[in-house]
Formats: sequence, structure tokens, C-alpha cells
Amino acid sequence: MSQKVEKLEGFEGPGFLATSLDKAVGLARKNSLWPLPFATSCCGIEFMATMASTYDLGRFGAERLSFSPRQADLLMVMGTISKKMGPVLRQVYEQMAEPKWVLAVGACATTGGIFDTYSVLQGIDRIIPVDVYIPGCPPRPEQILDGVLKIQELVQNESRRRRESPEYLELLASYGIE
Amino acid sequence: MSNITAELAIEKLNNQFGDQIVSSEMLYDFLTVTVAKKSVKDVIQFLHDDAELNCHFLTTCCGLHYPDQSEQFGMMYQLHNMVANYRIRIKSFTADAEPVFDTITDIWPSANWMEREAFDFFGFRFLGHPKMKRILNMDSLEGWPLRKEFPLEDPFRADKDDKMFGR
Repeated sequence: MSQKVEKLEGFEGPGFLATSLDKAVGLARKNSLWPLPFATSCCGIEFMATMASTYDLGRFGAERLSFSPRQADLLMVMGTISKKMGPVLRQVYEQMAEPKWVLAVGACATTGGIFDTYSVLQGIDRIIPVDVYIPGCPPRPEQILDGVLKIQELVQNESRRRRESPEYLELLASYGIE
Repeated sequence: MSNITAELAIEKLNNQFGDQIVSSEMLYDFLTVTVAKKSVKDVIQFLHDDAELNCHFLTTCCGLHYPDQSEQFGMMYQLHNMVANYRIRIKSFTADAEPVFDTITDIWPSANWMEREAFDFFGFRFLGHPKMKRILNMDSLEGWPLRKEFPLEDPFRADKDDKMFGR
């Protein structure tokens, strides 16, 4: 199963296509995401399967993992985040360059999961904004792929101006991020 | 192989410390001695130094909390003589709500993290410890999680609303 990049809408003639910058950039970004895996527990094991040959995240242009936040587009948080780990995760998020997206993989990253306890962060959306949540404990690789596809949808349709918009700055400010 | 018996160990401790030994019992072939708090370090030092008992290895130590006892807080130490393969457990209790124990890091440096853990989870202080700060929990945590009165569940969790469960 291979994914084709769909043709852009626009004015077309022999050997050329005129379209809007938003659409061209969206298409390029969508199919060249660099994920940063922040894997702390068993969801990370499922992610390894997602990257490996059977499921192969590379089919969606995301096979180049970035282990440095500076070059990453997509932060994939997979696993239980303890409250002590919280500031580390937040620093990693802050170090990523805009535009950036966050995928919360599994019950723990989404809500704290079964770890309803004083030492575990009850969902990473308490410290950083999240774009897509994947349920499951742990989710199957198919679910992780589905989450990445949802992220791709967001990436493709995001306006070029969104990251400068007052709504977005307000969202960051509500998390205390400048 | 092990020629140290519980009787021998008890006899030696009684001869050396007398009324400082509060009680002793056998728990699953494991000699457990309860010691008055002010002598606990002397007892451990004695077990460490004594040529025959030779408890040269600290297996573990940790805090204890029994809220129904009048002396509710305590420390537990497990020592091991690897030559004779003999083990002994030392307990010591106190009624003090803010207990202060003597550190044993000068006997075994490996006690450093264990005592920090006891501080982190029970709030016990250790006199003479080189770095008495939290080790596993976040620094901003308030309270001592393994004391029985500490609420273990996170109070800010949104999905624990009773109406979600039809109550």
C-alpha cells in the first residue's frame, strides 16, 4: 500500500500548475514531517513497530526521525509523563521551531491513564498544547498511523498566517509560553 | 555453611547493648531485631565491625510507617554477611512526627540514596547526610507520599467526576 500525493487544485496547463502558496507549502510540509519521538514507556514500543517495515511510517514521508527538537516538526509524546519529567517535556517543546505539532499517543500522555497518582502528570495538555490525541493502552500501530494522518490533515490545511495569529499567541500564552 | 545462628547473634547483641534491644523475632528464618532509636547506629556499627558477625554489606534500608502504633515511624536496615551467608534485619521506631536518625553513610556510602529516598517519601532527616534533598519526586512536591495519610490520587483529574459513572 503506497500513498500517492494528490494533485493540487489550481490553474493547469501543459507543464505548469499555478496554485496558491498556502496549498503548495501545505502539501510539502504534510509529506515531509520530521517527528521527534519522546518515548517514555510501552507506547514507545508500539511506535518502534510503527516505524519498522510492516507498518512503516516512512510511507507517509515521516521516516526521518529527528532526535533534536530544533529540526523537528512533530513532537510525538508516547508514554507516562511524570510530574518530574514535565519541565523537560516543556523545554523540548519550547526548543522546537515553528511551525510545530504535538501528538499525544496513548492513554497516559492523553489523561495520565491508569496512573491516577500524585507523581504522574494527568495528561500532557496540562503543560503543552496538543493537536491530536490517540487513545489506547497502548494503541495499535494502525492507530498511531491514523493519528499521524490526522496531523497531516492539520498540516496541509493550516494557513500560512496561523502561527502569527492572535488566537495562536493567546493559546501559547495560556500555557505560559512566549 | 552458615555457622552463625540467631541465638549467637541475639546473645552478642544482648551482651553488648542490654536493654537497648527492645525485642527480637524470627520472620521466615530472618532474624529481626528492634532496637531503641538512640542506639540504632551503634548496633549497626557493632554488627559491621564484629569479627564473627561481620555484617559487611548493607542490602537495603527504608522508612516505615505504622499509623496504629504509638511509635508510628521507623527505619529498617537489612545487613548481610556474605562470607557466612547470614542476614539480619534491624528496626527502630520513634513517636516523633519529624524523626531524625543518624546517617549510616559513613559506614556504607551506598546508604546515601536509600536515606534520601526515606527523606523523600517519609520526611525523615538524617544527621550527617551529605545531601539531604528529594531524590525521586519533583522538588516542588509538598508532603511525604508514603505516609499513610497522604492522598495518593491526583485531585485534579477531570474524568473522575461521579456523573461520568452514573453515580
